[in-house]
Formats: sequence, C-alpha cells, structure tokens
Amino acid sequence: MDTLAMGNYGVYVWSCFALTLIVIVFSDWRARAHHNQVYRDMEVRIKALEDRQ
Amino acid sequence: MWKFFHQLASPPHFYRLAATLMPWLAVPALLLIAYGTYAGLFLASPDYQQGDAFRIIYVHVPSAYLSMMAYMFMAISGAIGLIWRLKLAHAVGAAAAPLGAAFTFLALVTGSIWGRPMWGTWWEWGDPRLTSELILLFLYFGYMALRSSIDDTAKADKACAVLALVGVVNVVVVHYSVEWWSSLHQGQTLMKKGGPGMDADMLYPLLAMILGFTFLFGALLARRIRTEVLYRERRTRWVREMILSPEGGR
Amino acid sequence: MAVPSPEQPRILVGLVAMVRRDLLLAWKRPGDVLNPLFFFAMVCTLFPLAVGPSAEQLTVSGPGVLWVAALLSTLLSLNSLFMSDHEDGSLDQLLVSPQPLPVLALSKTLAHWLTSGLPLVLISPLLAMTYRMSTDIVGVLMLTLLLGTVCLSLLGSIGAALTVGLHRGTALLSLLILPLAMPVLLLGANTVSLAAGGEPYATGIWALAGYAVAALSLAPYATAAALRISNE
Repeated sequence: MDTLAMGNYGVYVWSCFALTLIVIVFSDWRARAHHNQVYRDMEVRIKALEDRQ
Repeated sequence: MWKFFHQLASPPHFYRLAATLMPWLAVPALLLIAYGTYAGLFLASPDYQQGDAFRIIYVHVPSAYLSMMAYMFMAISGAIGLIWRLKLAHAVGAAAAPLGAAFTFLALVTGSIWGRPMWGTWWEWGDPRLTSELILLFLYFGYMALRSSIDDTAKADKACAVLALVGVVNVVVVHYSVEWWSSLHQGQTLMKKGGPGMDADMLYPLLAMILGFTFLFGALLARRIRTEVLYRERRTRWVREMILSPEGGR
Repeated sequence: MAVPSPEQPRILVGLVAMVRRDLLLAWKRPGDVLNPLFFFAMVCTLFPLAVGPSAEQLTVSGPGVLWVAALLSTLLSLNSLFMSDHEDGSLDQLLVSPQPLPVLALSKTLAHWLTSGLPLVLISPLLAMTYRMSTDIVGVLMLTLLLGTVCLSLLGSIGAALTVGLHRGTALLSLLILPLAMPVLLLGANTVSLAAGGEPYATGIWALAGYAVAALSLAPYATAAALRISNE
C-alpha cells in the first residue's frame, strides 16, 4: 500500500501514468478504426466498380 | 543505395514496409516502456526534494521530447516534400501532426499535474517549459486547421510544409524568449531534467522511457502513414489490385 | 553606374512602384487604414473600463495592453493584405511578372507596414499617456512597436499568403499567426515593462531588432512560396 500511496503523491503520479496510457491507447485505437474504415470504403467502391464491368 | 531510396519513395512499397516495421517498433517500445515504468515507479529512490512526485517525469519528459521531435519531423518531411516534390514525405507530415499534438497535450497535462503538489497551483505561467509547450500546442492546432481548410490535398501539403518550416524556426525563438521572460519574473524552480546530476537508478528508467516512447512514436506513426498513403492513392492501380487480391492489404 | 540590361528587371523600381500603388489604393480607401487604428484605440479603452481606472494598475498593465492591442489590430488589417489583389486578378499578374516574387512580397509587406504598423506607432504615445506612461517610457514603447510591427507585418504576410482565397480566412489566419507572433509580443511588452520598472532593457530591444532583421531576410521568401502554392 505504501508503494501505491507514493508518499501522498499517489493521486498525481498514478493519474499521470493512467492518462498517458489512455491518450496513447485511445489515439491508436482511433487511428486503427479510421484505417479500417478507409480500407472498407475503398473495398466496397472498387468491388462495385469491378462488378459493373 | 539509390535503388533503396527509390523503393522507399514508392507508395506501394512504403505501404507494405510500414506494415512490416510496425511490430519491430512496437515490441521494443512496449518492452522499454514496461521496464521504464516498473523501474521508474518502484525501483528508483524518491527524489530528496520532490519525494515521489518526481516520478511524473517518467511520462512527462518523454512526452515533451516527442512533442518537439514530432514537430521537427513534420518540418523536415515538409522540406523534403517541397524540395524533392516527394508526395510521400507530405503524407508523413500529415500523419505526424495529430500524434505530435497528442504528445504535446500529454506533456502539458502531466506538467500541470506535477505542478499542483510542487507549486500549489495547476498552472504556473512562470515556468518556461509549460509555456513553450502551450505555444507548441497552438502551432499544431494551426497546422491541422490549415490542412483541413484546404480541399486540394497537393495544395494543402505544400502550404502546411511552408507553415511547419516557419514554425520550426519559431519554436527556437519561443524557447529562448520564454526562458528570458521567466528569468525576469523569477520563475519557479524548474522541473528537474535528466542529466549527469541524476542518480543512475533514476536516470536509466528515464532513458528507457525516452527510447521506448521514440519507438512507440514510430509504431503509431507507421499506422497513420499507412492510412494517409492508402487514402491518397485511392485511385491508383496498385491499390485496386491490392484490394482485389485474395490476401488483401489491410 | 552600370545600366541594367533590358531583360533584367530593375528590382528597386519594381519595389517602389508596387509600394506606391498600394499606398495610392490605401489613400482611396482610407477605411482600410483607419479601421485598425480605431480598433487599436478601442481595445486600449476596453481595459481601463474592465479592470478599473486605478493609476497603479494602469501603469503595470499598460505596456502589455498596448502591445496586445497592437498585435490584434495588425492581425485585423492582415486579412486584406492579398485579398483584393486575389479577387480582381492582379495577384495572378504579379505571379507572372518578371520581377522576383520575394521582392514583390516584400513590397506588399512594406506597404502594409506603412499603412498599418507605422500609423499605429505614431498614435501609440496618445494612448500610452492615458496609461500614465512617462515620456522616456513612451519612447521605449514606440521603439519596440516600431521594430515589433515590422516583425508582425512580415510574419503576417506569410499567414496571409497561405490563407489567401480560403473561406474562413480570418479565424484561420489568427490561428496561424498568433502562436508565431507570441515571441514578438513577449519581447516587446516585457521590454517596455522593464524600462518602466527602471531596469536595463537593452536585451529586449536587441532581440527584437535581431528578429526584425531575420524576418526581413527570410519572410519574403516564405511569403513568395506561399503565394505560389495558394495560386497554382
């Protein structure tokens, strides 16, 4: 418990680490979702074009 | 040698290369960050002045360092894009901007949280580093706003490259002028930076974090560059062939 | 004296002609020159109304307020730097002219400074007096504003060139220029504050002068590049 309390600075230290983790994970999750969306949109468009020909 | 560069500049090659590189960047990043976090939080002895609050530097300093590096990266790729008319370099710049802004935001918020127990306030204008980071965040906002206001990608690329180059000169001026300014107003004691004055058990985790964050930046950037390249090349033949091929190219 | 061959455009002639034209245009539309000045005066009026008329407070905040007002007023006038030229097509003419584009960019900027920065410097003592600044300090203020508005015009010309022809230009221009202009504001306002506090302030003046010289030699190239990009 003492380690977690960080000499009463625990709130500050842990919130910094947690926030960093959240921002990085969230940003990469969004980037990944965006990539997949761009890919899917193109897949639909290109396959539709292909079928028409 | 020239063949290598030529291949590097070709979008389909780069698209695949980025995918291959991603795990090679992400795995060392995770290992280094895991070690740095563990050692920084539990093994390093508390600072004699700041107690355990100094451990915030293990996320603050790497974020602050990346926020500057990402801007440099943006400016350099902008310059390459302008000089050698390399479209790929502009894609790199476009991908780096939101990441840089994210790390700038992190550096600002962690700096501010560090300031709360140290200075007794969430924000201290007298601290040159925080003030410079804030201006840097505005520079990122300007860059992204300019990019999103120009519809023509090629035009947006070049305009943003010019802005990033002007901005990078400015970052240096901001740094020195803010330092001068805070010295006038008897700025608070600065956040201790890693250096020779630091004990080894404090310093090594910090170095590991900085290196780990650099790798992480590479991995995160690789994904964003792939999206940029895919979108920009959406009307080309290689993208069509890749998507129609049985193995795909996600 | 060497006579320039006919193929070589005479740079100084082009510069003077360009500045002359812009000054004439400004003379025909005095609103473009006067409105930013009124704006400057009004922002300077806002602060005493908002924070109260106490003399100590005005003396302390005076340099900062005047400098912020000057920055905002310059920003206001920058929007129109290339706008009318873009709209009536004369910008396209300039781009194909044999004169080197950085020189034309420099002359547009110079004309902008003559019609916005310089008048602002000239009326600043009037407003400084209402902030109870002593004569010596007003001199320092005018010197910093003189150097500072040169920097702001040059920086602003880059932003104006990047945003020419874009919708939402004004807000975007502010977003681009303000972070770039922050060091200028910081140097200018603090130099005046130092002088007002009776402390040595030469560093700030030299830094501003250095900034102005650097901007004078680099910004026209950036503006020219930005103009080409915006108009291709």
